[in-house]
Amino acid sequence: MKPFVTRLLRNEQAGLLLALVLLCIVISLLSPVFFTALNIKNVLRDASLVAIAGIGMVMVILLGEIDLSVGSTQAVAGIVAVAALNSSESVVLALVAALACGASIGLINGLLITKAKINSLIATLGTMAILRGGGMVGTQAVSIQGKVDSFIDIGTGYIGPVPIPVLIVFILFALFYYGLHHMTFGRYIYAIGGNVEAARLSGLSVDRTKILVFVIAGMLAALSAFILASRLNSGQPNAGLGFELQVIAAVILGGISLTGGIGTLGGAFIGILILTVLSNGLVLLNVSSFYHDIARGLVIILAVYLDTRRKESLLRRMLGSGT
Amino acid sequence: MSSTPLISLRGVHKRFPGVYALKDVDFEVRAGEVHALVGENGAGKSTLIKIIAGAYALDGGDYLVEGVAAQIESPSESIAKGVVVVYQELELVPSLSVAENIFFGRLPERFGRVQWRRLYAESAALLAQVGLEVDPQTKAGYLGIAAQHLVEIARALSHKAKLIVMDEPTSALSPQEIARLLKLIGALKERGVGIVYVSHKLDEVLQIADRITVLRDGGCVACKEAAGLDEQSLVSLMVGRALGANFTERKAKLGAPALEVEKLSSAAVNDISFVVRAGEIVGFSGLMGAGRTELARALMGVDRRLAGQVRVGGTLLPASSPVTSRRLGMGLVPEDRRESGIFPRRSVSDNASIAALENLSTLGRIRHKAEREQVGKWVERLAVRTPNIEQEIAKLSGGNQQKVLLARWLLVENIKVLIVDEPTRGIDVGAKAEIYSLLNELAEGGLALVVMSSEMTEILGLCDCIHVLRAGRLTASYTRGEATAENLLKSALPVSSASLYKKDGENYDVVDGQK
Repeated sequence: MKPFVTRLLRNEQAGLLLALVLLCIVISLLSPVFFTALNIKNVLRDASLVAIAGIGMVMVILLGEIDLSVGSTQAVAGIVAVAALNSSESVVLALVAALACGASIGLINGLLITKAKINSLIATLGTMAILRGGGMVGTQAVSIQGKVDSFIDIGTGYIGPVPIPVLIVFILFALFYYGLHHMTFGRYIYAIGGNVEAARLSGLSVDRTKILVFVIAGMLAALSAFILASRLNSGQPNAGLGFELQVIAAVILGGISLTGGIGTLGGAFIGILILTVLSNGLVLLNVSSFYHDIARGLVIILAVYLDTRRKESLLRRMLGSGT
Repeated sequence: MSSTPLISLRGVHKRFPGVYALKDVDFEVRAGEVHALVGENGAGKSTLIKIIAGAYALDGGDYLVEGVAAQIESPSESIAKGVVVVYQELELVPSLSVAENIFFGRLPERFGRVQWRRLYAESAALLAQVGLEVDPQTKAGYLGIAAQHLVEIARALSHKAKLIVMDEPTSALSPQEIARLLKLIGALKERGVGIVYVSHKLDEVLQIADRITVLRDGGCVACKEAAGLDEQSLVSLMVGRALGANFTERKAKLGAPALEVEKLSSAAVNDISFVVRAGEIVGFSGLMGAGRTELARALMGVDRRLAGQVRVGGTLLPASSPVTSRRLGMGLVPEDRRESGIFPRRSVSDNASIAALENLSTLGRIRHKAEREQVGKWVERLAVRTPNIEQEIAKLSGGNQQKVLLARWLLVENIKVLIVDEPTRGIDVGAKAEIYSLLNELAEGGLALVVMSSEMTEILGLCDCIHVLRAGRLTASYTRGEATAENLLKSALPVSSASLYKKDGENYDVVDGQK
């Protein structure tokens, strides 16, 4: 019994899961609405946007990089999607346009970081601003309304009892879980993030892997943009403001370390759920939306604090093992 | 001049995990004396300097400053006692002025305001003492290496230093600058300052030192008056040891050339040509900074090759692609395991299989069973001591980590050439012998091995052919029969400034090429 408890306490993911369960219990005690089927669907659907972009962010941070441009990508790819939808009247072409837009943004980010050797924080800070400004210029700061009725089904529809965005998240999670743990691609990501110099000396294609990950992250951000645009039935130049921080905070809370190479997709998803449940709970408890920002800010700080603590314990362990 | 030595270390011991760095070493410096410290790489010079500086604590023995137990626990305490070290890697802050660097952390102030005029005046006086003519307000980063060295010495003087330790002070200086520094040392000596002079340049040492202490394998082998010594006798004191019984005789059965290098140049090495045949172990010897690691990196293509050709199994490699090098069957086990070898948070298995994943996967999907089998096979063959292959590699000892890094390349199906940089750095004696016999076995199995090593015994015991590097160039090559520690050391030591003056211009560049 005892070793089981200590192992549970040591396991970061178990600790996170415990935090999530406690949070759910506390909120359901305070609000009877929380544990209703409708509310749970809402929570999951709210979490889906962060989760989809979060998969990309997990891989980017595992590499030891960061991507600040996902929020602006959400705006630009959403605008591109709706514009393509209105001119082609095809939802599929709108999706293709959005994904192509996201892939190009990711490719530019990846090239800036690997070939121009610009620190990813700076490079994506730059593309973030450029894309946000570009979105404003392109739309004259006015949102574009979607003109095809079936468009909104993707963001708001259901297959059986499951919201379509949530279904997409499940499929992507399975896909990328497999990719990270059972494919060479995932091994290379963990290796590069864990020790980029060792990865290079072992003859891994560091640059190619990084560019590929940024392209995928851009496409996932664009997919989240597509779903958001479908839900709003419009492309909005100020969509996704602060979205990048929401995503980063959630995955770091979920144990993806900013140093790279450490953390799991499962942990990141728990982190995403914690943040979503938290803001859902605050809504249910009628807390003013201004306090939501404060709560999120506190959780971001807590997340980084936990990340630092983890690093320290890692350091201690490495020194303790002695070489 | 008092008869009490300025500093005196008696029976000093220092151990690191797996390494006995200093064994029962005695060392003392009198006022107004230049005491030189020489020895091969890894003989214990740096450790001794760091003990004098207070950066390392003693594991045994006494450290007296002017006859009193020093009780120095940090560099600032040794500086307060007038013992100052000028390290080889300069420690100036490039964005601050010369004066601010000299009085770093001790700017003269009154009521919290810096007294700039006093600062500049005092700095100017100190700069005059070391014979450096620059404005104290110049940013330190604008100065050349030689001038920065003089600023460091000025800083030492500002601490009212009684003893200055100089670690390889002339390694980056031109002949004129060296002459100036030696003159300054003479002047300091006359003022009663004690100098510890650490250098590989033996003729310089003989010229300037009063006494010379020779370290070898962490022990003090001689402390003699410089007057009774010459270069020849110093070299034999530095290397004079019996080769260990660590090495087994190996009958080299040489095959076709596996690695052909022709006129290779990179940013750090120049015009290197050599061939390694299948079944052969070729060694590269040389002093610290001679370019061994840089050559290894250039061969693998990690550092871009600027000129020359490298062929593996007859196929020409592109100028800078470690990926292609790996695919063609070349591998590199780096010098610094922790920095550039292991993936510390990953398992033994992940660490071992990473370079071979292309063989162990189908369409990007890892064949876990094949991976387990292959890793298990090599972990067993190399006798890696680990509870299981899922163990985090950081928890293994240095020797076992090194075996996993060797396994990383042995798992690659078509491995032809393996470069091993410092195969036994930071590894205890027992594991060393294991690594040696392993490398021998691999060569017998037809692998071509390139061994970079600063350890004479190691390189003499392992290699069929030894090349010596100096300042990024090949200076000599010896077969197993010809190579002796004396030969290797002589080819590795820099041709000094003094003998340089006697030669004509044509050799000048080669010698000064050491940047």
